[in-house]
Amino acid sequence: MAFQKHINQLLVSMMSVAVTIFIFSGCSSQKGQIGNQSAADQVYVPPGKHDKYYSFMSGGWSGDVSVYGIPSGRHLYTIPVFSQAPMDGYGFTEETKNMLNTSHGFIPWGDTHHVQPSKTHGMYDGRWIFVNDRNTPRVARINLKTFRTDEIIEIPNTAGQHASAFCSSNTEYVSANTEYSIPLPKPLGNGVDVPIDSYKKNFRATCTMIKVNHKTGHLKIGFQIEEPPFDYDLGRFGLGMSKNWVFYTCYNSEEAHTMLEVNASQKDKDFVLAINWKKAEQAAKEGKGRVITTTYDHNLRDARTGIVNTDVEHKVRVLEPSDLKGAMYLMPAPKSPHGINVSPTGKYIAEGGKLSTVVPVESFPKMIQAIKNNDTTGSVTAGIEGRIPILKYKDVLAYEVKGAGLGPLHVEFDGKGHGYNSAFISSEVVKWNLKNGKVIDRHPTYYSTGHITVAGGDTRHPYGKYLIALNKITKDRYLPTGPELYAGEQMFDISGNKMKLLLDFPVEGEPHNAAEIKASLIDTGQVKYFKLTDNHNPYVTRKEKDAKVVRHGHRVDVYMTAIRSHFTPDNIEGIKVGDDVHFHVTNIEQEWDIPHGFAMLGMRNSGMLIMPGETRSVLWKPQKKGVYPFYCTDFCSALHQEMQGYVRVSPANSNVKIVYGTNKDLK
Amino acid sequence: MVLQWGCSSSSQKSNSTNKKSQSKNVEKTQNGLTTFQLKNGIGPVTKAIHPGPLNKEMAARGKEIFQNNCTSCHKIGQRYVGPNLEHVTSRRTPTYIMNMILNPTGMTQKHPVAHKLLEKFASQMANMHLTKKQARAVVEYFRSINSGTSQN
Repeated sequence: MAFQKHINQLLVSMMSVAVTIFIFSGCSSQKGQIGNQSAADQVYVPPGKHDKYYSFMSGGWSGDVSVYGIPSGRHLYTIPVFSQAPMDGYGFTEETKNMLNTSHGFIPWGDTHHVQPSKTHGMYDGRWIFVNDRNTPRVARINLKTFRTDEIIEIPNTAGQHASAFCSSNTEYVSANTEYSIPLPKPLGNGVDVPIDSYKKNFRATCTMIKVNHKTGHLKIGFQIEEPPFDYDLGRFGLGMSKNWVFYTCYNSEEAHTMLEVNASQKDKDFVLAINWKKAEQAAKEGKGRVITTTYDHNLRDARTGIVNTDVEHKVRVLEPSDLKGAMYLMPAPKSPHGINVSPTGKYIAEGGKLSTVVPVESFPKMIQAIKNNDTTGSVTAGIEGRIPILKYKDVLAYEVKGAGLGPLHVEFDGKGHGYNSAFISSEVVKWNLKNGKVIDRHPTYYSTGHITVAGGDTRHPYGKYLIALNKITKDRYLPTGPELYAGEQMFDISGNKMKLLLDFPVEGEPHNAAEIKASLIDTGQVKYFKLTDNHNPYVTRKEKDAKVVRHGHRVDVYMTAIRSHFTPDNIEGIKVGDDVHFHVTNIEQEWDIPHGFAMLGMRNSGMLIMPGETRSVLWKPQKKGVYPFYCTDFCSALHQEMQGYVRVSPANSNVKIVYGTNKDLK
Repeated sequence: MVLQWGCSSSSQKSNSTNKKSQSKNVEKTQNGLTTFQLKNGIGPVTKAIHPGPLNKEMAARGKEIFQNNCTSCHKIGQRYVGPNLEHVTSRRTPTYIMNMILNPTGMTQKHPVAHKLLEKFASQMANMHLTKKQARAVVEYFRSINSGTSQN
């Protein structure tokens, strides 16, 4: 109670500081001077003008990724990833539903966590976004030419994918590490059906390296590394001097399996796990470890047809720590560390201490020196005969940031010699000098900040102008919307010594992290429509003359076209109760931003949107006889209301022949 | 007065009638269009084409392109979603037709004749992203079905 009171007092005093800052900036805004712009001027993007950056934010429990313009905070789009989206039919339509297949069956929802852009030479290249589902272990690849999910790969031998999906500096690999360890199948483990209290003996985490095809972006499980059953929380690949390494924080080095709130917070220090992924890759290439049989689904959209196919895969190579001598180390870190990040040169590795009040900052050169000196303080048993050496905290530590606030969670860098950390409990962002960890500035946030993101962050050259705080608690910042509130983000100008709060903006879901990419890397290469001549969907109808309705037993295929503002055919008879009616609608427009929709009375799965030049297919199972109207759901023209049609459904035993057409007598 | 005009939307309908301009080609008419544009449309074709004798091969190609891309909205011999195009080459220059095919939204926004048609038909003509060569072939097809075609 006393602690809570203290926090409350702290919050109140911080709020009064914030009010003072607000009044101050309010005065300066009236001057309207260049170099001392008002917050409003700095975030104002005039009508018809574009933002400088795209911000991609994971939606958390919404299972998608939403896209915002920065600095305006405008919501531009939401990309469906792990969740079905009635918006356009993603995950409902016949050609997209395979995207949500897993070894657990069809999983139409997810918990997106960590958005990571693809990189070339340590810089964002604007090609893809990788994002993980924490609940059902899988990683998705979003194509930034179409803003669509093109691929999802399931990760076997793991659960609770939190330390995922991080990208190496040339997009060689995306890594996915386990939060919730599970027993592993034989012959690697003792089998999956074991008592929970055999946790220490039987449960294991795995670190998965997903190989990314440089040209196509296609994903493939490269190999896995067996790890002790700690909870791996976040990770980052190194940059520059440390680019061959990847680093993960972990908590629960106690290896508790119940009441973790208490039992996983016993030790003063947990760990940062450092893996030389280059050496691990070499070990896998040399055939070390073992190939085990498991099952995982791999879903890929065929660019020619637009159809998602699922491959069920079975083999994965698992390396043990004993295969990675000299390439896998633990570094102590206080206490249940959460976020981790690597500075732009790759020299510093910094974590949010979470249950400690400091941000420990390790030095990569010191780590390498400690490894050379072979100066360890014991080891952790892992694998059948492996041990992971533990380096000494004092040997690897560059400094601790003192006064990092209460509950420091995440660290970012601006490329101008500063680090920043969020503090969840004391609700603030703290700025410090990267050379010595001396705190330079702190600014309250509203409220309880999780991730922070610097524009262009986690690259060799962050853009550095803006920092966005992703707040977990919204409370009174906006007009209330009942018990549930969208998460509130706050954007700061970090170009000066003092951080300046510019903008509050609410966002969909609960973003766990975000990435800002220069608009110029993305906006020039956009697909605006699909060329009809390149549409190789097997159900395409390229011109109205080819529209048709074909019956094969109980299956009826309707090959339909849509153009402003009619469907062909728009009158169909001869459908019977019990039929599976597949509507394959091709939008034969060839113009940007002229989608057509398709909605049918009694459609139990979803309507759909069809982009120009594209074919999409949706299944309708009419339940009762009658005449059913269908229509276009996208306001496509002044005659959009008129874009409608009828399907006659007759009893199962009727003799009504299939007839169809538009603007003609049906025969 | 001038300022007010400058600030108003470019799609604002001109209140002047389309009398044939007496001025030279490059001079702007009251619509803000050049005489060339009034006659030949606004779009990627900026030099008047003069087709000459009918090219039957090209017309056959044009017919196929027309049937694959245009018949959703245009029927020869009857009004449909869009105008009847049977005698279009008597009403419009070949260049105008090409610009209408290649730049339909620009035409209905800026050209008084095309804008009038949008008022009448209410449906914005779709841009099928044909190439200039394809649009030219469609013009040849129109010429082939119109016995009164001019060669300008």
